[in-house]
Amino acid sequence: MKLVKNIAIALTAAVGLAGASFAAGAAKHPMQLEWSFEGPFGQFDMQSAQRGWQVYKQVCSNCHSLKYFHFRNLADLGYEEDMIKAWAAEYTVIDGVDDAGDPKERPGLPQDVFPAPFPNPEAAAASNGGAVPPDLSLMSKARHDGPNYIYSLLTGYEDAPADHEMPAGKSYNPYFPGGAISMAPPLAEGVVDYEDGTAATAEQMSKDVVMFLTYVAEPKLVDRHHMGLKVLMFLGILTIVLYLSMKKIWKPIKSGRNVYEDK
Amino acid sequence: MAEWNAAKPKNAVAAWVEERLPILSLVNNVVGVDTPTPRNLNYWWNFGSLAGLMLVVQIISGVVLAMHYTPHTSLAFDSVERIMRDVNYGWLIRYMHANGASFFFIAVYTHIFRGLYYGSYKAPRELLWMLGVVIFLLMMATAFMGYVLPWGQMSFWGATVITNLFSAIPVVGESIVTLLWGGFSVDNPTLNRFFSLHYLLPFVIAGVVILHLWAKKISDSGNPLGIDVKSNADQIPFHPFYTIKDAFGAGVFFFVFAAFIFYMPNVLGHPDNYIPADPMVTPASIVPEWYFLPFYAILRSITFDIGIPFTDIVFIPAKLLGVLAMFASILVWLFLPWLDTSKVRSGKFRPTFRWFFLFLVIDMFVLTVVGGKKPEGIWPLVGLIGTAYYFAYFLVILPLLGKIEKTLPLPESIANPVVKAAE
Ligand code: HEC
Ligand code: HEM
Repeated sequence: MKLVKNIAIALTAAVGLAGASFAAGAAKHPMQLEWSFEGPFGQFDMQSAQRGWQVYKQVCSNCHSLKYFHFRNLADLGYEEDMIKAWAAEYTVIDGVDDAGDPKERPGLPQDVFPAPFPNPEAAAASNGGAVPPDLSLMSKARHDGPNYIYSLLTGYEDAPADHEMPAGKSYNPYFPGGAISMAPPLAEGVVDYEDGTAATAEQMSKDVVMFLTYVAEPKLVDRHHMGLKVLMFLGILTIVLYLSMKKIWKPIKSGRNVYEDK
Repeated sequence: MAEWNAAKPKNAVAAWVEERLPILSLVNNVVGVDTPTPRNLNYWWNFGSLAGLMLVVQIISGVVLAMHYTPHTSLAFDSVERIMRDVNYGWLIRYMHANGASFFFIAVYTHIFRGLYYGSYKAPRELLWMLGVVIFLLMMATAFMGYVLPWGQMSFWGATVITNLFSAIPVVGESIVTLLWGGFSVDNPTLNRFFSLHYLLPFVIAGVVILHLWAKKISDSGNPLGIDVKSNADQIPFHPFYTIKDAFGAGVFFFVFAAFIFYMPNVLGHPDNYIPADPMVTPASIVPEWYFLPFYAILRSITFDIGIPFTDIVFIPAKLLGVLAMFASILVWLFLPWLDTSKVRSGKFRPTFRWFFLFLVIDMFVLTVVGGKKPEGIWPLVGLIGTAYYFAYFLVILPLLGKIEKTLPLPESIANPVVKAAE
């Protein structure tokens, strides 16, 4: 699979897309990790995705929305129906208006979207030093080499080099274009207490949240991989059959037959 | 030249229909048993049918997408994500359509360069070739407008950059841009008209494809030797020989296409298009889809005005010149039948031409790379040289070469491809 990926990367580079994209800011090239979802047989690591969900819920969701993610999608990560209901019910959502015309509140249901932390971008910016924390639903696809980028970003905070001037309220991160990011390092060892007892190091949490976010960005990835295998097998066999038929049909022509005269 | 054979179906229903509407004859005479075709077509001849198949794929997947898509600036991005997540097999349809555009262009570019090498544009196929150029222009317009529909960052900024080009046209430029936008910036009216036209144009393309095939029937297929058909011995019926060969080619092509759809569906796209359009935030670099890059490079390679040296008098400002160069780079193909003065069609028998053609192909790849780079450092110069060679090929090399090149002796016939001189 590495091979396929490398070919793909080479192809992109050949048509100049990669070159164009990395031209943006002199950001550091992301660290390269192995991910279970890569490759033609790639799948999500459910344990890791579940832990990632915990990280998102307890940390990232304080600032970042996940607007294409519904509670019901948690079933794909292996959670039971009643657990999902219970999680959804922890949140209050606004659903239409009552008879007096006032907004009606009710506990969340599995079909609800995960509630956003801020009512609007202005409120989000006001609480984050002027920067709006972007929605994370597609983040893993919306950056070049997304999974590696997010991982590197989360684990890559450093002290700013002496000659690098840092505006107030920003942190130095060499993986972020420009180096100065408005998100303070969100993950410190132990901020999450993993239900499955895994040690919550910053690296571990970053890996897990990337697993989760990649699932959210591409929920049909596993279906896609499975169907792809069947389609390619079908097309492969069909093509071989077509090739053999072609050889057979063309045989007289190759040996010089004149179709119109020697009937 | 091409003759017409009436079909005589044995099936009673088919015969009844055929008497009233000779549709069977039509098919038979264009791509069927009654279509005598040179017996020596090589695999480069597969790409015409592949382009046709890709048009069908795009129309079918596009019509289904349109059932779920909402052309409104505040809903378009969400509706595409809904297709990806909640519509049954929506992800498949969308990845087919998005990658299908790329594979359509791969097929058509190969088809065009086949024509450039084998001289498919020469008499009597001038109109056949020119209709092909019209199809290519319509495709570019369709793909450009389609890319705007998901309303991501590249959609929005690509649309802004490209529509702005028209403002370089003197006098009417600004009005054209306002008309394209339906207002004073790329906004909801723009998205609406682009959606309408994106739905319409593929059917216009289908119409021109029919004319293209009709012209092919009248002037017959060319062939790799570039010599005319002399007798029946040179020909075989299209069906079953080329139908099976095209089917095999389609199998290979669709295998690669499927590998992209299922295993690298976003490799040919730009990640920024997964960020919703935001008129307040300009992306770090705005790059068109890969299939537009050579022409984008030509556009940007022109950075100088044309005027009287050492004065302030400018006749053609750089921006306008760039736009003209970009359009001219495709429109020049329309004049190709008369620009190429060689009597010999096929590059096979033109030893010097072959080298220039090879450089043209390399030049296209170089321009593709240049189009994707920021115009800094060495790239503008490379782009300018690439552009210069591109135009020189059509406007200087082909007209002169035909007059001075010593071509190789042509074979006697397709069925008997022995070189005359060798006898
Ligand atoms: C205290 C609020 C806060 C928390 C908690 C937080 N972020 Fe952020 N995040 C931000 C802000 C603000 C930005 C915008 C930064 C900028 O544009 O400079 C941001 C930006 C990002 C970006 C985008 C960087 C880019 O390339 O534009 C990613 C990815 C990200 N956050 C991931 C996460 C993850 C994963 C978590 C949970 C582990 C998390 N964030 C927790 C505030 C937060
Ligand atoms: C010449 C044939 C066509 C080409 C080259 C083409 C190309 C494209 C491209 C490049 C996109 C953007 C895909 C993306 O990045 O998401 C697109 C989107 C779209 N196209 Fe087409 N298209 C064609 C025919 C059609 C037809 C016939 C229809 C409708 C009947 C259609 C409907 C749509 C819709 C609804 C979208 C938006 C959804 C999306 O972005 O995925 N297309 N098209």
